[in-house]
Amino acid sequence: MFRRLLLVLVSLCVLALPERAAAETLQDILQTHQAEVAKPGRRSVGVVLDDLVASGLPQALPFLEAWRDREIVQRDIDGLFFRAVDEGLLDLDTGAVLPVTDTSQVRPNGGVRRAIGDALVQFQLSDPNISKRLAAVEAIERSMDASQLAPLRASIDGETDPGLKVVKTRLAGMLAARFADDPAVRIDAIKALSGDLSVDVRATLNQILATTFVLERSADSDANIKDRYFGGTEAYPLAQAKPLLTEAGLFTPPTTASDLRNALTSRIEDGAVAGIPVAKLDTQETRRVAYDRLAAAGTVPPFSEPIETWDWDPSHISVGDYVVLEVYTEADPAITKAARTTLTAIEQKVAMSQAVDLGLDALSLASIYFLAAIGLAITFGVMGVINMAHGEFIMMGAYTGYVVQLFVPDYTLSILVALPLAFAITFGAGVAMERLVIRWLYHRPLETLLATFGISIALQQLAKNIFGTQARPLTSPAWLDGALVFNDVIAISYIRIAIFVLALLFLAVILFVLKRTRLGLEVRAVTQNPGMAASMGINPDRINMLTFGLGSGIAGIAGVAIGLYAKVTSEMGADYIVQSFMTVVVGGVGNVWGTLAGASLIGFLQKGIEWFNPSNTLAAQTYMILFIILFIQFRPKGIVALKGRAAAD
Amino acid sequence: MKKTFIGQNPSVMWFLLALAVFTLAVTLLSEATGIGIISTSFVKTLGKTLCLCLVAVAMDVVWGYCGILSLGHFAFFGIGGYAIGMWLMYARTESIVLESLVGQPIPPTPQEISDAIGNQIFGVVGSSEFPAIWAFADSLVLQLLMIVLVPGLLALIFGWLAFRSRVTGVYLSILTQAMTLALALYLFQNDSGLRGNNGLSGLQNIPGFENTSQAWVSVIFFWASALALAAGYLFFAWVVSGKMGSVVKGIRDNEARVRFLGYHVESYKLFIFTITAIVAAIAGALYYPQAGIINPGEITPIASIYLAVWVAIGGRGRLYGAVIGAAFVSLLSSWFTGGGAPDIPLGFYTIQWTDWWLVLLGVSFVAVTLFFPKGIGGLFDYLVRKPS
Amino acid sequence: MTFKTTAFALTALFGTTAMAAAECADPIKVGVLHSLSGTMAISETTLKDTMELLVETQNAAGGLLGCEIEAVVVDPASDWPLFAEKARELLTVNEVDVIFGSWTSVSRKSALPVLEELNGLMFYPVQYEGEESSKNVFYTGAAPNQQAIPATDYFLEELGVEKFALLGTDYVYPRTTNNILESYLQAEGIAEEDIFVNYTPFGHSDWATIVADVVALGADGKQVGVISTINGDANIGFYKELAAAGISADDIPVVAFSVGEEELSGLDTSNLVGHLAAWNYFQSAESELNDEWVAAWKAKMGEERVTNDPMEAHFIGFNMWVNAVTEAGTTDVDAVRTAMYGQEYPNLTGGTAVMLPNHHLAKPVLIGEITADGQFDIISQTTEVPGDAWTDFLPESAVLTSDWEALGCGMYNTETETCVQLTSNY
Repeated sequence: MFRRLLLVLVSLCVLALPERAAAETLQDILQTHQAEVAKPGRRSVGVVLDDLVASGLPQALPFLEAWRDREIVQRDIDGLFFRAVDEGLLDLDTGAVLPVTDTSQVRPNGGVRRAIGDALVQFQLSDPNISKRLAAVEAIERSMDASQLAPLRASIDGETDPGLKVVKTRLAGMLAARFADDPAVRIDAIKALSGDLSVDVRATLNQILATTFVLERSADSDANIKDRYFGGTEAYPLAQAKPLLTEAGLFTPPTTASDLRNALTSRIEDGAVAGIPVAKLDTQETRRVAYDRLAAAGTVPPFSEPIETWDWDPSHISVGDYVVLEVYTEADPAITKAARTTLTAIEQKVAMSQAVDLGLDALSLASIYFLAAIGLAITFGVMGVINMAHGEFIMMGAYTGYVVQLFVPDYTLSILVALPLAFAITFGAGVAMERLVIRWLYHRPLETLLATFGISIALQQLAKNIFGTQARPLTSPAWLDGALVFNDVIAISYIRIAIFVLALLFLAVILFVLKRTRLGLEVRAVTQNPGMAASMGINPDRINMLTFGLGSGIAGIAGVAIGLYAKVTSEMGADYIVQSFMTVVVGGVGNVWGTLAGASLIGFLQKGIEWFNPSNTLAAQTYMILFIILFIQFRPKGIVALKGRAAAD
Repeated sequence: MKKTFIGQNPSVMWFLLALAVFTLAVTLLSEATGIGIISTSFVKTLGKTLCLCLVAVAMDVVWGYCGILSLGHFAFFGIGGYAIGMWLMYARTESIVLESLVGQPIPPTPQEISDAIGNQIFGVVGSSEFPAIWAFADSLVLQLLMIVLVPGLLALIFGWLAFRSRVTGVYLSILTQAMTLALALYLFQNDSGLRGNNGLSGLQNIPGFENTSQAWVSVIFFWASALALAAGYLFFAWVVSGKMGSVVKGIRDNEARVRFLGYHVESYKLFIFTITAIVAAIAGALYYPQAGIINPGEITPIASIYLAVWVAIGGRGRLYGAVIGAAFVSLLSSWFTGGGAPDIPLGFYTIQWTDWWLVLLGVSFVAVTLFFPKGIGGLFDYLVRKPS
Repeated sequence: MTFKTTAFALTALFGTTAMAAAECADPIKVGVLHSLSGTMAISETTLKDTMELLVETQNAAGGLLGCEIEAVVVDPASDWPLFAEKARELLTVNEVDVIFGSWTSVSRKSALPVLEELNGLMFYPVQYEGEESSKNVFYTGAAPNQQAIPATDYFLEELGVEKFALLGTDYVYPRTTNNILESYLQAEGIAEEDIFVNYTPFGHSDWATIVADVVALGADGKQVGVISTINGDANIGFYKELAAAGISADDIPVVAFSVGEEELSGLDTSNLVGHLAAWNYFQSAESELNDEWVAAWKAKMGEERVTNDPMEAHFIGFNMWVNAVTEAGTTDVDAVRTAMYGQEYPNLTGGTAVMLPNHHLAKPVLIGEITADGQFDIISQTTEVPGDAWTDFLPESAVLTSDWEALGCGMYNTETETCVQLTSNY
């Protein structure tokens, strides 16, 4: 590649005769295409690019890069193009810096930028700057073309970066599979692609396997045939056949109801059509009779049935003689066979990977539900208190995260500050709520529900009044950006993994607190029998307060996590409250494991239903709730039901 | 001597009297009679409030008397609205379509008429086919039957399943909430055949009353609502006063004991649940022609919770309490959010009630639950007992 | 004519003198029917503030017909039936002369019967699905042919997209728009199986699977593009998931019809650079009129606030109404309506908006790329496109047309040459 560039440069020097140079500045070329350069379009920019590349001007290369990066401006007074730099305007040919004047920026759109990238490929593949080589490789990935194969191959040996070398080799393999001249090379390249699940490999193979439909009189053909379809069979490709049959004059578009009406309307004579009084034409049947009479008289074309209702023989026997062939555009059967085999193997793997990916998504959803519900499981399950304001505690946690980010600009640090702070704030709010409200209502569970609902609407509106109704940004630290990629299908974003880890952590912490600490022992004692616990020297008031605080505090932390992956609005809590209740109820009240089971069931179920009906997420939610209602009918106490005395209401 | 039913329940008589006086007064002062002190939009608001009172009475019976905190009764209210809305939309659109097809050179086929109606109704949501659930929409009688049958059956099946497996207390509340959420989510889908998020609109234009001014239409519906409320109130007063009432109240106070006494608790609960669902649907069928539009947003769980809030504020276990609660809170709510309440400048901050009303409602609701568990209705006890 | 004169100077031309306001007994009332609470408050509160700014500006310039203008603000609380109730209240109790309001289609459909019954006048400022033309409503937002179709053309022409994912929130605007786009794309030669449609509920947050589905669409080697009619909050989760999956605008471009400057303010846009939105206005539009409008807005609301497309729609709508009232010499609805036809007012993006007899505006269509600072880089701007009430791409409405000036009908069947109905279908 270097050689080639050198060659270009040398030839430039040789050709750089003074009188030609004057006529061939970059600016001249640009000015001949002034409109296309200033307002380029994907389809029209090709001419400009061809001219620039053909000119061989060394300054064309930096210009193209600058053009793509939107650094080119057009001077308003004379329409000349410059490169905008900090000091002023850079002359494209001489490199001289001119003072700043009124200019307008040239903004090539995405399609044009891609076209420029394609034009730059051949110059950049061996550029010493790795980022430019990378850009060239990406450009090839996006739009593969036969002409790229040779330069790409040539650049592989000289590639110094091992990672990029792998990418280049792989890309060359894909290009070879499609565009190499020797069929044997192509088949080898195709076979080499097996096992690669990426979208572009599948795209390459699918493009090799592209087919067209043709109408033939006989089933025999020299073409590389994928499939044959005979008229009247179930698999007959109606959609593809219709235009072919129409073209061959074997099929006229069906006469629609409105065709019928229009035909009759335009042929009313003395209040009747073909002898049938107009007043009687108010059913489809009489209209058809009238039409057929008109057709018999030759005034209208005969009625044409829709192809879907054809009985194929004997009335349409002539079509039955024809066969629709699905023909590969690739003429060599050996190549299509190899591609077919490779693709089938890949698709099997893809299907398996998709199942795994769906499983990961479901796991992630389950962990989000778990995180949202676990605080509730403690207050509702352990204490029997229904906290409708639980969602608002989630919201408070999320807003805490937002406010912390306002003061602490470093995202990592701010999250580290926000998590304990959210816990502290919602713990405090929970304790306050328990002291002020819930404590008075322990024997009236239904009224706790209503009172906490009152708190919920008040808190929600309060958040609106303070933070406004607009969603607030809660940005995750950079190390949580992106996704963990297992292969080209299975991937999960780091933020979801973080939520999953957080959920596990909570599970461990809560189990530890409940099972291994003094507090946990006291909580369980109060849960089972407050009176007895009190007589053993446990202060139930204090325990209730702490338990409630704990549940609320966890909701606060969940809020930060949910805010990071979704959104922070005053209504975010309401989105999770019903879901959380169902998680707890389905799982079984009073049991952390139950909540885990409930969250898993709901998460996997929702993803499962979505998979069956991918175009309608709303339906998935509806069916899931119906399932839960039915489920509770059969297991009223949830998946993990408490046994013995603790189970009594 | 055995006293008459009314005699036993003087509060019923007082309530009916008050309602009659109120209805007459509103009618006289409305725009329909030409006096116009009460605007048509306020007559509509009052008529809607009466419907809300009726559904609140039903809620009071199921919760205050029977102890089932249903957070799904607004779903039945909504179904009633949808059922009548389907006929209203169909009939109005049909007359428009027939009128527009009159000038055609050849008379339309039944299919063309149906297509045109379908296109008018569903065109705005991007389809034109009539879904199967609209099969009866052309008949007012059948659709009126739907108002009773659909919610009745739904409540019967749901209640049977729930009560049979002894789902009680907060579990039942959450289950009913899930039911209304599922229904709302279902209706939110465009594919539900009820125009998705848009719902059914233009319901205030009653077919057959095209030439009647909205001033009169509003009064007619106001009367209908008042009649329905009176009938519903009487009916429920009768239900909760007799022996049946005692059993029902017994279930509320201690279900197990009533069961041990030999009563089939589930049947009583199922009866109360279903009959209140039907009454809620009737209230809904009267409400939505006055509101003009029904959509799934109306039956999200929050609506049913508000219903419980009204009853709690008004006072549970007394029918007039539910009426007072529904009327008081919903009217107050529209006064505050309508900008009726003056802003309070605090110097450093101005309290605008459109922003702060919900906070006030939430807090006062907590206060009522904590300090006045008997609600506003409890004040009457206080007044009645004081002389003694 | 150049539009170097400011909006404020322009409006001053039509007002009489500042003193005249005092001679007027009753102020001219302008109803503002935007939700200030509930789910839609997020978008609509801004429009209430816009209306207040416009009214203040007009009053400072001498009011209207020698009267002070008074904004009557009510809160329909994102509760659709309340829109009907409040509209009736505004028209009969407050006796306003005009209403500016509504955001969602359902709220407009709720208010429509009342407006038509009482012969009110409303200006509706938001892009919508079309298929409607009411005698009593002026639609200052974009019809599908002023936003969706040009954006799709841009995808086909400039980005060479061959396979489309139409993602939308499940309600009427995305449904109808996607229906129109589906039949438009098929007419443009895109096969039915190359169009993937998905609907999600309001506020949807779990986007991982859907994003993976969209990526998988590229498996047959066609360039994939996403046309998003996702509404409101749900966009935040969607864009976050796109960024997490590492999908750049070069791989799979996304063009959104409901994402503007306001929505982006809830997002970190550094990962979204290059994705697109189509509107009739962007804050980054370069015109003096716009500079002054943005400055006035920031002066009133604060430096961090942004302007957006529906605000411009109200800006044009209000000023057109002011001019029409001045021309008619009265606020009488019928007279004003007649005066509205052909009314011209400068766009904030340059050029002139014209009110057409079908109650829609002729406005330019802009396509912008998201920049790292939450603004849009305008990369394409058409000439004025006349708004079409009834789309040409659905068979049922292709035969319909609206012309209130010549035909006196908003739903006129050109095939049978009859007026289908005078009221609108709500």
